[in-house]
Amino acid sequence: MARTVADTIRELTRAHIADNNGVVMGQCLSAVGWVQNTVPAQAEGMVELPMTDVAGAGFAVGMALTGRRPIFVLRFQSFLWLNASPLVNYAAKSKSMFGYGCPVFVRAIAAEGSGTGPVHSHSFHSIFMHAPELPVAAPMTPGEYESVWDHFITHDDPVLVSEHRASYKTERELPDIIREDAVLTVFAMGSARFTALQAVERLAAQGIACNLIHLVWLKPFAPSPQALAALRACGRGLVVDATYQTCGAARSIAYDLMEASGIMVHAIGLEDRSPGAYPHLENPTPSPERIIAKVAEMVT
Amino acid sequence: MTHSSSPRTPNFGAIPGLAERATPEFSLALFRRMALTRAFETRARQAQADQDVRTLIYLCLGEEAISAGISMHAEGAWVLGQHRGHGTYLSFGGNMERLIDELLGMPSGCSSGMGGSPPIHDMEKGIVGHSGLIGDQVPVAVGMAMAGEARKVVTFFGDGAAEEDYVLASLGTAASRKLPILFVCEDNDLSVLTPTRDRRGWDLAQVARGFGLEAVDIADDPWLVAHWAETLMVRLPALINVRTCRDVWHVGIGSDGAPEWNRFDLVREKLAALGLGEQAARIEAEARDLVEAKWQERLRIRSAS
Repeated sequence: MARTVADTIRELTRAHIADNNGVVMGQCLSAVGWVQNTVPAQAEGMVELPMTDVAGAGFAVGMALTGRRPIFVLRFQSFLWLNASPLVNYAAKSKSMFGYGCPVFVRAIAAEGSGTGPVHSHSFHSIFMHAPELPVAAPMTPGEYESVWDHFITHDDPVLVSEHRASYKTERELPDIIREDAVLTVFAMGSARFTALQAVERLAAQGIACNLIHLVWLKPFAPSPQALAALRACGRGLVVDATYQTCGAARSIAYDLMEASGIMVHAIGLEDRSPGAYPHLENPTPSPERIIAKVAEMVT
Repeated sequence: MTHSSSPRTPNFGAIPGLAERATPEFSLALFRRMALTRAFETRARQAQADQDVRTLIYLCLGEEAISAGISMHAEGAWVLGQHRGHGTYLSFGGNMERLIDELLGMPSGCSSGMGGSPPIHDMEKGIVGHSGLIGDQVPVAVGMAMAGEARKVVTFFGDGAAEEDYVLASLGTAASRKLPILFVCEDNDLSVLTPTRDRRGWDLAQVARGFGLEAVDIADDPWLVAHWAETLMVRLPALINVRTCRDVWHVGIGSDGAPEWNRFDLVREKLAALGLGEQAARIEAEARDLVEAKWQERLRIRSAS
């Protein structure tokens, strides 16, 4: 049976506990569904934290210093705002200040829609890309998740993993699409990769050929030579992300791409407004329609 | 020494006869740690006056007895000090040369010159680094205690840090999980210059007891601190709130006058009364000579580099 992203996370976690003396730390881990079926339904290796956001991240930092490589689960990325300080001020700076790393695997889970409302909607990886010495990744496929986990387990840095519930049932990989006749290259991150893929497929059906480059590691960000070549060949770029557009990841990466390629690159992300709990008030991951409209504006 | 019921007095929580019952070897070992910190901080203060140290500096002059007392009964523990932590570092055996180098901004400093005074650490001695953020070592210490190791954890923090929400959450979590951790609040009654009475209306030891921790509230008599460390290190989790006096400013080397009490002088007097005055004077002189020699050596190395 094909494995989903959720299966992958759960089995990596199970093996980490069994083989590495690893540990999972988080609130309400054993609640109905075991964090969308991403943690093994077991007591061993699970540390149920009290509702101590801020201190909770500090507990994970301390656990990491003892060598147990904690997986620190935040069931909504909104909890990152409270938990940020120990991650940014201690875990990220540990190696340069003290000479030893502080390997915490931060699973920050984004949600949107279904009434998640003004606070608990969305991804916030942009704010962590702003902080020095904290690698940030947003894997959306089983293979990508394994690759990010491999990095974590073979290095002593913390990693901020920006997950999205929209990815959990994904079974297939998402290869880049590069076309000789492309008129524009879309670079997509996080949950925007799913909407960008739909947009690129619909644009192709309309006769507008676009490349699609999937970004997994957001920081450090290093565009591949193939991605830069594709961007240069078509002469237009658009970065799409599921965090806020203002001061966000899409704009930052668009700037890096422009510097590296000399090609104009635009960016879209979430609108600068709080989302509401009802569908007509949501502020969703850029939709295929919004991406298509932006591409149409750029190529005409 | 008789017990005082007023917290801001040098005999608060006193247990009569503790110093008299201690062996001379113990008392002199305790004083040796205090004297080393005193000599180091005095020399560091001079080094900043001389502009050899140009980073922010957080001195623990006046508070030497706390780490000296705790360290007598916490061998082998993980130690997480606070930003005002030179005395903790030295009392638990941290490498003095690397501390001086850190204050001098040298790459051979214990934090490669990155952090200056607050983030000092010596992993060989189990002394874990501090980020510089007030009180953040406390949840980190609790996390280390959660790891299930046999090793105990001791963490130090100030009365200001005690008010941080994450410190209170840490006390509650340690109590709930019965973690092997000793919390030591170095209570100088000041957050920069704001006294405790202007900041809060609650008492840390009472709050700790409310969480379910064993807790005592005492003055910084080193024999008393050592007594409670010995007592509580086998009854963890626990908290010791230690009333003490900071001789100099929160940061830097200035002073606002004489402290409420001078613990170092009181300990000297006690040692003299115990017939240990000459040995104590010799210990102080040795500490000063050692510290001066180390500073001169490190300053020469920095000048040559």
